[in-house]
Amino acid sequence: MQEPFDRLVRAMDEWCARSNHVQTVFGQIGDPKPGGYVPRNFECISRLSASEYAKRFAEADVIVSHAGMGSIITAMHHGKPILIMPRWAKLGEHRNDHQLATVRMLGDRPGIHVAEDETRLGPMLDRVLAEIGGARHAPIAALADSRFTDALRAFLTGQVPRT
Amino acid sequence: MQLMRLRAAWDGCTVTIVTTDPGLGDALRDAALERGEPEPKLRIVTEASRKQKLQLIRQFLQMVVLMVQTRPDAVISTGAAPGYFALRIGKMLGARTIWIDSVANADELSLSGRKVGKYADLWLTQWPHLAKPDGPTFLGSVL
Repeated sequence: MQEPFDRLVRAMDEWCARSNHVQTVFGQIGDPKPGGYVPRNFECISRLSASEYAKRFAEADVIVSHAGMGSIITAMHHGKPILIMPRWAKLGEHRNDHQLATVRMLGDRPGIHVAEDETRLGPMLDRVLAEIGGARHAPIAALADSRFTDALRAFLTGQVPRT
Repeated sequence: MQLMRLRAAWDGCTVTIVTTDPGLGDALRDAALERGEPEPKLRIVTEASRKQKLQLIRQFLQMVVLMVQTRPDAVISTGAAPGYFALRIGKMLGARTIWIDSVANADELSLSGRKVGKYADLWLTQWPHLAKPDGPTFLGSVL
């Protein structure tokens, strides 16, 4: 299980308190550490079961998440807009800064929106919500490019000699 | 999640899924059944971060036991400690080993990805700019 991401949770909580949103906000926020941030303005849970997670995900208009590949790929499968905010190593939010690379490399894909930090989260969320009624992007195919899986298959089944 | 997008690569094979997350394991099994594939076996190992040494040892020992029991022809992983252990043990048992470094690592390979290079028969990055003549190689990405 991932560490909690207080900077994101707090920014969402403040957005909930401030904005005139009509949407229901629900959070899966991990186990708060002692003294960690507990949101007051939206319903949340430490961890959803896989089936509950899938249900909540399907119901959502927008996903707000750390820049983790699990959430990003799930959003792409569903054709859901996702707003991602990277964890920073210097704040102890992850062991390294690979999430900064993720937002840089994937931030321009259809349906992926980036909040660089907590100050950008609210404004970006307003923007993403304003676009919801507009053109939707298509979900990505359920499977990776078959040229890649064929190459892996050839190796797995021993059709290609080992180097 | 990333392996789920690659599952066409092992259609028709006898599959054992090893995960720290039972929910994810169930999702992979359901996906296999949906495609009309034989039901894969599911094995759960202890979750461990790099700081949790005791948990890591436990995870390693669980992996030794299940690898010896399973005796796979091939091992494929997209990362982290359990995958690293599985590849090292698999290599010792004579399996073909594939490491696909996570697509999350767009600036540099993960620590486990760098360490596992020597033991992976196929050592892959998902970003072309991280490929090097001595490995890792780029063959494609889950996205």
